[in-house]
Parts: sequence; structure tokens; C-alpha cells
Amino acid sequence: MFSPCGEKGEGECLMISMERTARIGYKKRRSRSIRITLFLTVLAALLAVIMLVYGNTIYPLGTVLRVLAGEEIKGAAFAIKTIRLPRMLVGLLAGLGFGMAGYTFQTLLRNDLASPDMMGVTSGSSVAAVFCILVLKMSGSMVSFFALLSGLLTSGTLYFLSMGKGNSKGRLILMGIGLQAMLQAAISYLLQKSNRNDVGTAFRWLSGSLNGVQMEQVKGLFLVVVMVGTVLVILSRQLQILQLGDASATILGVNVKWTYGGLILASVFLIAFASSVSGPVASVSFLSGPIASRLTGKGKVNPVAAGLVGAILIMAGDLAGQYAFRTRYPVGVITGILGAPYLVFLLVQMNKKGESIS
Amino acid sequence: MNKKINVIRIFAGGIAVLVCVLLSLSFGSRIVPFDQVFDVLIGRDQGSFVSEVVNARIPRTVFGMLAGGALGLSGVLMQSVTRNPIADPSILGVNTGAALFVVCGIAFFNINLPQQYIWLALIGGGAASVFVYALASFGNGGATTIKLALSGAAVSIVLSSLVSTVMLPKSRVMDEYRFWKIGSIGGTGWTDILASAPYLGIGFLIALVLIPSLNCMALGDEMAANLGVNTKLVRGLGAFAGVLLCGATTAFSGPIGFIGLVVPHFMRLLFGPDLKKIVPMSLIGGGCLLLLSDVIGRLAGSPGELEVGIVTAFLGAPCFLLVARKAKVSAL
Repeated sequence: MFSPCGEKGEGECLMISMERTARIGYKKRRSRSIRITLFLTVLAALLAVIMLVYGNTIYPLGTVLRVLAGEEIKGAAFAIKTIRLPRMLVGLLAGLGFGMAGYTFQTLLRNDLASPDMMGVTSGSSVAAVFCILVLKMSGSMVSFFALLSGLLTSGTLYFLSMGKGNSKGRLILMGIGLQAMLQAAISYLLQKSNRNDVGTAFRWLSGSLNGVQMEQVKGLFLVVVMVGTVLVILSRQLQILQLGDASATILGVNVKWTYGGLILASVFLIAFASSVSGPVASVSFLSGPIASRLTGKGKVNPVAAGLVGAILIMAGDLAGQYAFRTRYPVGVITGILGAPYLVFLLVQMNKKGESIS
Repeated sequence: MNKKINVIRIFAGGIAVLVCVLLSLSFGSRIVPFDQVFDVLIGRDQGSFVSEVVNARIPRTVFGMLAGGALGLSGVLMQSVTRNPIADPSILGVNTGAALFVVCGIAFFNINLPQQYIWLALIGGGAASVFVYALASFGNGGATTIKLALSGAAVSIVLSSLVSTVMLPKSRVMDEYRFWKIGSIGGTGWTDILASAPYLGIGFLIALVLIPSLNCMALGDEMAANLGVNTKLVRGLGAFAGVLLCGATTAFSGPIGFIGLVVPHFMRLLFGPDLKKIVPMSLIGGGCLLLLSDVIGRLAGSPGELEVGIVTAFLGAPCFLLVARKAKVSAL
């Protein structure tokens, strides 16, 4: 009988060829994931440049570079350094934050719909922000500070409420949605009681907007995104193992409780901080993870790819919101509408596969 | 023995309604003592300031009773039809769907009469709830609690961004919308009651007719089919009546959440799962809860008032959390 493996037995031969196929597949997937991540980086960089160049006045790239290098060019210096640069940086960083945190939530809770904006974390920030804008008449970084505080407080409450025996993930989701409803009622109340001139500002903040961000806000955001992002990247291996189920993860040497807590805490902090600066930009944290996972292939997603998708969404959404329509829309409105077709798409996909969301 | 309990139940329900109506007529930024309320009601006191106050509170009270009952009943219907403990108009996205259509009406067609809102709210609410339920029921296991809650939240977020898109360029719409968005029964008069009555009546009648079939369906679809129930028809009609009841209420009072969620669960705790008891008791209970919330809102927000939609959200959300935590209460 002819056998390609010569002396070795049939079964052993099959094992070897399967192992080889698996290894080749693994390498292929990994290289695809790396290629896609690189591509996303380039795309994000391109959008960042466009955000600096394009506007009411279009400056050539050379001027932009000279301004960034510190040269004082009349007109251009103000437009680029004070308006466009912080706008671009906040878009980039907040997008990274939303993307990474949303991806972590979705993967951890094993549900594409379970992103932080569905679960009250961002609403917690919004309540405080609206209160600060409408009642205390604050603006800028003070609003951000209180929004952050309140977002963290909400998440703490959420975590505390969902503790207990049994399937705590499902409970976390349900508690989040309940909490969300309550916070939304508070927001509606604040909006209704306020002076009609301030309502526009509050509405804009609520839908998530990059208008009026300042350079000093960028520093804090940068630090947080880099530090928490590193934590998430380091923990991403454990996160993948956790997807096998708590029992298998324990056997493979993952401290389930601590990893779970650490991941939740890190992503909540990230999302609360990012939304304290830019407002809760709708759907970004909900869209980024699944888009990244479709691009890189399932199982080979990394938080960086998800973050880059988030950044691309926000920057592209901001450009479209500002220049594509007659009225200037805040970025959150654009990304929020992007969420609608995606929901339908998700529905069709699940229908095809007969796969369950929860 | 059973009859005796029935009599007691009806009696207790009646007393609860009377107490709530009385509270609603007498409390507010000006508190009218009970004996004066009686004087006004039997016509002994006419033309005085107090009688004006009480008379102004009558339509509001009537509408509150009707709207609360309708919301409670709509919750019962939706929970039985979907067999899901957290099915409630506010969770199923009826409110945001209605809001989107109403905002489009205000913005593009200059609609500002509640009689016109009602159709928009009905269509929008119906479409949104069907969409949410469809989204939740794909995949393994059908529409589980978590999937339903999540798809409701997701659809609400998307719809609210659409609302912002329509609204942001037009400050007039923004101004009207923020008042509509909070459920309130403060501005309702007799015309609203008359206009909403046919829709509520039809919804109520359908619910009455469906009681036995829905009771059978609680045993499971197959069992119900064996017992001769056309499950698809019953499910469709039940959902239609549920949307009709809450859509009509939402059109006139704005979105009032959580009554449809809390009342049926509470009644099920008290009276067991038989819909023959749950339906009338939820009607009464919903009305009473809405009136009490309204009274609380008037007292808490004095000298102005806190809209009833906010009060019910703050009373209801903790109940939702309880329901979600305790599977035993929610077993359907």
C-alpha cells in the first residue's frame, strides 16, 4: 500500500499532516492579523493628516508640518494648533479608548451587543456632565472631571449590584440596562428643567462631539489611553483564554476572578475617561470590536486593531459630520446612525448562522 | 370559599382606586382637605377657588387612571405573548420608536396636535417593538431575557441618534421634543381622553377576548395548539393590542416607563398566574400606580411638579433590577 509518510503508520501520518495544516493555518491567520493591523494604522494616520489639512481653509501639507515644527505662520498657526490639532488628537485617542474598551467588554461578556454604552457606564458620565453644564454652568475640564467621577461611580454600583451567585455575566448586562433607564430619566429631567438656551450645548455633549476640545485635555487622555491600553494589550492573551469558559481558563492557569475584575476595571476607566472628554460618542465602542473581528478573522483580534477601528470611525465620522452636510452634526450623530445598518447586518448574519447572541 | 376571596379582591381593588383618586384630587402644590374635595364633588361648593383647583384635577386624574391601566394591561399582554419576564413597552423600544416618528412629524410636517401624534406614535412604536423582538429572537434559544434587553437597548440607542439628527438643526423641534419626551399627564384634558378612548377600548376588548387563549399558551405553544389555540393568531393579536394600548397612551402623555413591567409582576406575586385575575387587577394596579406616582411627583416637585415619567422611572428601575435578579418572580 502506498503511503506518503513511508514507514509510519496511517494514524500517526494523519496526525502529523493535521498538525502541519493547523500550524500553517495559524501562521496564515497571524500574518493576516498583522497585515490588517498595519493597514488600519496607515488608514488612521491618513485620516489624522486629513483632519489637520482639511477645513474651511485648506493648508498644504508643508505648511502644516512647519506649523507643527513650531514656526509661527499667521492664521495657519491658530487654525492648526489651537483648533485642528486638539480635535484630531482627541478623536484619535478617544476612538482608541472606546474601541479597546468596547472590544474588551464584548469579548468578556461574550456578546456583541454588550458594549459599555448599552450598559449605563456612559450614561453615568452623561448625567454628571449634563448637570454640570445646565445647573452649575461649568465648562471644559471641570465637566470632564465630574463626568469621569460619575462614570466610575456608576460602574462601581453596577458591579456591586451584579455580584452574587450564579451567572453573573447575564446579571451584569441586565443590571446595566436597568441602571441605564434610570439615568436616562434623570437626564431627561435635567434637560427639561433647564433654560432653553443651554439645551443645545447639552444635547451636543450628549450626542458626543469634538467641538471645543482643548490641548490641556489631550495630555490626560493621552496618558490614560496609553497606560490602560498597555494593560489591556498585556491581558489580551488571558482574555482569549477566558473565552474558552471559566473552568478551562482556570485549568490553563488564568486567575479568572482577578483577570475578570482587572479587565472590567481597566475598560470602565478608559471608557469613562474618554467619554468625559468627547462625550459619549454613540455606537463607537459597540461597532469597533465586531468590525475589527471581521477584518482580522475571528479569534485573532487584538485590542489594538479594535482601538484603531474606533479611532478611524470617530475621525471619519467627525470629518463627515462637519463637511458632508449642510448642517454641522456632532460626530456622535454620524456614528450613531452607522450603528443602525450594522444592527440589521448583525441580525441577518445571526439568522444565516443560526447562532445565538447571548 | 373561592367566591368569598373574589369578592374581597374586587372590594379591595375598588377601595384602592377610590383612595388613589381622592389623593390625586386633593394633593398638589395646593393641598385641598378631603372634606372640601367631597363638597366640590357633590356640587355643594361651586365657583370658589378650591372648586376650580379640584375641577382642574379631575381630567388629569381620569386620564391617569386610564393611561396607567392601559400601560399595566399592555405589560401583561407583552409578557404573556413573548413569555419573557422583562417585556415592557419601555424595554421593547416602543417609546423611542414613537419618539422618532413624533419628532419627524413635528420637524417635517408641522404636526402639533395630539390627535395626529397618536398615529405617528402607534406606527413608530409598533415598528420598533417588532424590530426589537425580531432581533432578539434570532439564534439559539429564541428571545431570552438578556437578548431581549440588549436588543432593546441597542435599538433605542440607534433610534435616539436618529432623533438627534432630525432635531439638532431645528431648535424649535428640540424645545417641543424635550417636553414631549418626559411622560406627563399634567396637560391632558377631556379632549385627549375622548380621543384616546377608542384605541384604549379596542385594546382592552381584544385583551378580554384573548384571556383564555393566553392562559393556554402559558402552558407552552405545543400544549396550547393541542388545546385548540391558534397560537400565531393569538400572538399577533396580543402584540397588536399591547402596542395599541401603550402607543395610544404614549401619544398623549409621552413615554411613561416601567408601569407595564412592574404591575404585572406584582399582581402575579399576589394573585398567582391566572390571567383572569391578572388582567383586571393589572388594570386597577396600573392606574393606581400611575396616580400615586403623579401625586408623589406633584408633592416632591412642589411648587412646580416632577413629571410622572421621571417618578415611574425612579420607582420602576429598582423593581426591574429586582425582577432581573430573581428568576423565581419572573418565571412565566
